[in-house]
Amino acid sequence: MNHASLMMVLPEEILTIGAIVLMLVAAWGGQGATKMISWVAVAVLLGAGIALAGPASSGGAAFDGMIRADAFGAFAKVLIYAATAIAILMAPRFFRQTTGDDLRPEYPVLLLLSACGMGMMVSAGDLLVLYVGLELQSLAAYVLASFMRRDARSAEAGLKYFVLGALASGILLYGISLVYGFSGTTLFSSIATAYAGPHSLGLTFGLVFVFAGLAFKISAVPFHMWTPDVYEGAPTPVTAFFASAPKVAAMGMAVRVAVEAMGPATDQWRQIVIFASLASIIFGAVAAIGQSNIKRLLAYSSINNVGFVLVGLAAGTQAGIAAVLFYLTVYVVMTLGSFLVVLQMRGEDGQPVETIASLSGMSRTRPGLALALAIFMFSLAGIPPLLGFNAKLAVFDAAVKAGLYPLAVAGFVASVIGAYYYLRVIKVMYFDEPVGEGFPKSGDVVEGGLIAAAAVFVSPVGWVLLAPLGIATMAAAKALF
Amino acid sequence: MIQAIAFYLFAAIVIVSAALTITSRNPVHAVLWLILAFFNAAGLMVLVGAEFIAMLLVIVYVGAVAVLFLFVVMMLNVDFAELRAGFVRYAAIGLAFAVALVSEAVMALWGYSAGAIELARRTAPTPDKVPNIQAIGDLLYTRYLFVFEAAGLVLLVAMIGAIVLTHRERGGTRPQNIARQIARRPQDATRNTQPVVGGGIEL
Repeated sequence: MNHASLMMVLPEEILTIGAIVLMLVAAWGGQGATKMISWVAVAVLLGAGIALAGPASSGGAAFDGMIRADAFGAFAKVLIYAATAIAILMAPRFFRQTTGDDLRPEYPVLLLLSACGMGMMVSAGDLLVLYVGLELQSLAAYVLASFMRRDARSAEAGLKYFVLGALASGILLYGISLVYGFSGTTLFSSIATAYAGPHSLGLTFGLVFVFAGLAFKISAVPFHMWTPDVYEGAPTPVTAFFASAPKVAAMGMAVRVAVEAMGPATDQWRQIVIFASLASIIFGAVAAIGQSNIKRLLAYSSINNVGFVLVGLAAGTQAGIAAVLFYLTVYVVMTLGSFLVVLQMRGEDGQPVETIASLSGMSRTRPGLALALAIFMFSLAGIPPLLGFNAKLAVFDAAVKAGLYPLAVAGFVASVIGAYYYLRVIKVMYFDEPVGEGFPKSGDVVEGGLIAAAAVFVSPVGWVLLAPLGIATMAAAKALF
Repeated sequence: MIQAIAFYLFAAIVIVSAALTITSRNPVHAVLWLILAFFNAAGLMVLVGAEFIAMLLVIVYVGAVAVLFLFVVMMLNVDFAELRAGFVRYAAIGLAFAVALVSEAVMALWGYSAGAIELARRTAPTPDKVPNIQAIGDLLYTRYLFVFEAAGLVLLVAMIGAIVLTHRERGGTRPQNIARQIARRPQDATRNTQPVVGGGIEL
């Protein structure tokens, strides 16, 4: 143990100290201090992001290899911190209007601690770190899901998430204990050595259980059952958070386990990933068609998108991992943008409206908002020239280059089914008669600015970012091989 | 010789108190017998040289778990007669569990002379000639420091979560305000009067 190790986990230290200090401020300041605490929390996340420029992204192995401070972890952490900051910023107005009371100051504190856990997940070099990070993230998420405890749906979402998340953790731990039992170590590098040599069936069983647990956390079919209920019941800013940062963290964790720890067993886990990928793409698309609630629709959309991300992982090559990171970047922007638009959907009484039917005629009542949502939906459907198309192209390109032609063709065909329900939202907005006055304007500069920024990012203007993003994702993926 | 005596003493008390745990009619007595069993099991652990597990047993099981049991038993007022009423209904499931447990015990006895499990690549080999508390401490605060601290964070989140989800401000309570109590002066709180005889006092 030396100072070099401590420098490599500097972002986590900043987040932890920030969260603890802010909790003390919250204890004395009470609900009146929430706004200030939220902004300070965003500053803390920014500070942690800046700290990534140091040894945290280039240091190599910290704590005898238990933490990997490399470009892959740093890239995922930038996404995670940014998504967490946006989830903090969008919350205060929502809770004040919905519950008539100020947001409690524990919200930004829990998000900071959750971000710390997610950072551990993506830079873990050991199954122990991975599991503790995962629990830190999940435990905060369970509380956040039922943050509006007077609301029955929110409480139900929290309870469901807790019970099913605990089950998933159990499955993952069972897999971890099998891997540990048959390889004698929890270090990723040593586990890879164990898989490379002749190994017993026990290691293969361990692999299957670990991947089942991971599939639960990224909500891939057939372990997706909790997603729509939790996304619908949780408060909208929390849902936006669930759909973005923890998805990136769980996916980053899955990629690292697959490549670094179980890389020599690629042929074994590839079958699981291909099945989960195709099942997610098809089920996510088909089940979304019948939805009438926009949050449920976005939940199925996230299942569908996880399927596409898994296509890149199934390739298992450096280009495939780079495609995964690129897809996640675009996905996070599209999803946060969509949820920011959902936040603007309010009735005359200020209460949130969540039906898709209430969007009808929005192109005439709120043309700017309708345009933004249309851009996000077109992009999620993967229609060129929006950035969502480039993301899908990247993962399918990687799959074809790795020789997975059937997967690429099946995924491509299934993405057409997905386009239907995204386009239905646009049809409702642009071709249906308006009902009522439309949603009242919020006049919130921060949220409006974020929606505009997200829309510009996925629009053809975002093409200028393709080259730098390509370089960054390739450098990040190279760190794993 | 002294070890043998200590072993038989501890082992006998563990078995007797475990039997009394499940047979005593008063649930509070049952928990107290359980605590006695834990203490003696800790003594057995010390005898085989696993002093760390012995301390865990005393601190975690006696100090936390058993006391929690006592609280639950005392506060929830569990009606054990009612619990026993379902005995016949669940006998089949109970029997299945019992069979599983017995077969595990038999297999464990079977393999007891098979030798230690060979772990191929131990991250941290068990050191010789070092007490196991020292060995664990050496690793816990160096190599596993980060995970150790992170586990503390998990507990912190659990505490914050419990408070966020259950704490609420009650209206109409009259909490103690120590600062106000101390700042109170005699002349504000008392009044000298000179009541006339038989006239009573006006408050």
